[in-house]
Amino acid sequence: MSAQSNWLRPLALLLALAVIPVVFATGFQLFQLTMVAIYALSVLGKNLVSGYGGQVSLGQGAFFAVGAYTAAVLMDQYDWPYWATLPVAAITSGLVGLMLGLPALRLGGLYLALVTFALAISVPQLLKYKAFEAWTGGVQGIVINKPEPPFDLPLSADQWTYLFTLAVVAVFFFLARNLIDSRIGRSLKAIRDHALAAEAMGIELARYKTLVFGVGALFTGIGGALSAFAVAFVSPDSFSLALSLTLFVGMVIGGAATIQGAVYGAVFIVFAPNVSEAIFKGAPGAVYGIILILFMFFAPGGFASLVRRFGAKYLRRAKPA
Amino acid sequence: MIGVLNQVVSGIATGGIYASIALALVMIFLATHQINFAQGEIAMFSTYIALMLIQAGVPYWIAFLLTVTISFTMGMLLQRFVLEPLSNAPILASVGAFLGLLLIFNNIAGWIFGYSLKPFPTPFGAGEPMFGGMISRHEMGSTVVTLAVLVAIWAFFRFTKVGLAMRAAAYNPVSSRLVGIPVARMLALGWGLAAGIGAIAGMMVAPIVFLDPNMMAGVLLYAFAAALLGGITSPLGAVVGGVLMGVIENLAGAYVVGTELKLTTALVIIVVVLVFKPSGLFGKALASRV
Repeated sequence: MSAQSNWLRPLALLLALAVIPVVFATGFQLFQLTMVAIYALSVLGKNLVSGYGGQVSLGQGAFFAVGAYTAAVLMDQYDWPYWATLPVAAITSGLVGLMLGLPALRLGGLYLALVTFALAISVPQLLKYKAFEAWTGGVQGIVINKPEPPFDLPLSADQWTYLFTLAVVAVFFFLARNLIDSRIGRSLKAIRDHALAAEAMGIELARYKTLVFGVGALFTGIGGALSAFAVAFVSPDSFSLALSLTLFVGMVIGGAATIQGAVYGAVFIVFAPNVSEAIFKGAPGAVYGIILILFMFFAPGGFASLVRRFGAKYLRRAKPA
Repeated sequence: MIGVLNQVVSGIATGGIYASIALALVMIFLATHQINFAQGEIAMFSTYIALMLIQAGVPYWIAFLLTVTISFTMGMLLQRFVLEPLSNAPILASVGAFLGLLLIFNNIAGWIFGYSLKPFPTPFGAGEPMFGGMISRHEMGSTVVTLAVLVAIWAFFRFTKVGLAMRAAAYNPVSSRLVGIPVARMLALGWGLAAGIGAIAGMMVAPIVFLDPNMMAGVLLYAFAAALLGGITSPLGAVVGGVLMGVIENLAGAYVVGTELKLTTALVIIVVVLVFKPSGLFGKALASRV
């Protein structure tokens, strides 16, 4: 593959992703695609923490909530334009991630899982708390305006939201890929695969673990802010334990230690409820649970590993060397 | 002053329930180094089974025993068919399996029994509060039951051969296998016990919080905090931690933060314990051999 086609292909893909839905998709389909992009970014944050960093975070929904509420409060209370809230949402969710990650990261594995699980359970209650009600709107939540297309572009709000989301998400996917291919990414993989050996080679465990936890929280927080724009509404009960579990399921099913896995996981998150509702009408969540356990047994690498395995087989058959 | 005493006494009653669940968590942690995130949902599901039996006309205590037996079997089967095959998998896989179980139990319960709050009967009668209005009959009864369970578990591990074998299997699986202890069966038994204890805790807490598929989220969180506060490697610590958490919950609810931040209180305690004394009150500091 030449160096040129290396960046031409993703660019062409991005262009296709931008143009085709805007031309052909209905408003609701655009909304679904917007949500796919948002979940892809949020799951990517989780992949960085768990798949590459090897740390089990079950509370990614909390960072999603921090991002979403930061954006909504700034827009609602201080009349900020939506795009200006993104950097602040990034900083707050990243900081909250660092604050919570620090104590647990020193202790490793299950403790972190426990703290983040506890966090995921208590988020809705914190958001409803009376003392914050002036900002968060309490149980009612906050209604915000959908982003309007700038410069009188001939686009609907749905179309513009989709394009804006896609652009932000693409930038962060690009950043994530560069991060993984960098010295930091290599250190993370070394820590995940053999922490002791990595430490002996001079990699500072605590520093990299904390760093990736913060970065993962930041990615998911941006996802949360984007979701606030797309849904035009935030409320405490949409950030329950179920959200954190959904992101976890998306990560596992997509493939934890891959970048493209985040996209597969997001597609699953957005479209699977319809499918599982059809399979087992009463309890779609149970279908999630069963799929989750089946993946743990038969494809712990997620959908991305299946694609790789069967893709390789197919290629071999197609062109025998 | 009498108010404070009141809060403490009723805190001990709920604390007993947290202690049971925390003990079940610690048992599984000691045996497998896994944290059972589905512990609460399994207990919730068992409680629905009990309600179904009682509504079918089975007398309370027979339904009680039946439910414990069913849960025990369910726990053993789960260990055998879901968790045993994943025992050598990385943390992420076992956590994934636990969360899968959590989702399955929660949704199946909602699907079969509905999401509305259901009252659950108490076997101890509604009558007048006891000891000069200090403690309700149900609180008194559930304290006695949980205490009996804790003593029975302790005696089982301390005085019986199977209990000794289970401790050995948890402490050193390789050597235990060499002296002829069926380690896998011991693990399954441990899971059965944990599920049985959970079922009892569920039946004791349900008359207080009402039965619904999400009733155990708060209880589980407090049990986590209890297990960490007491030291995740110490069964005694789990019990002490459970009682302490019950009292802290009531006092904080009445005098400090109010009931609106109940779950956050548990979160704060978990974080504080991990920052200042990760081994808890009675636990061993975890050291990994290099």
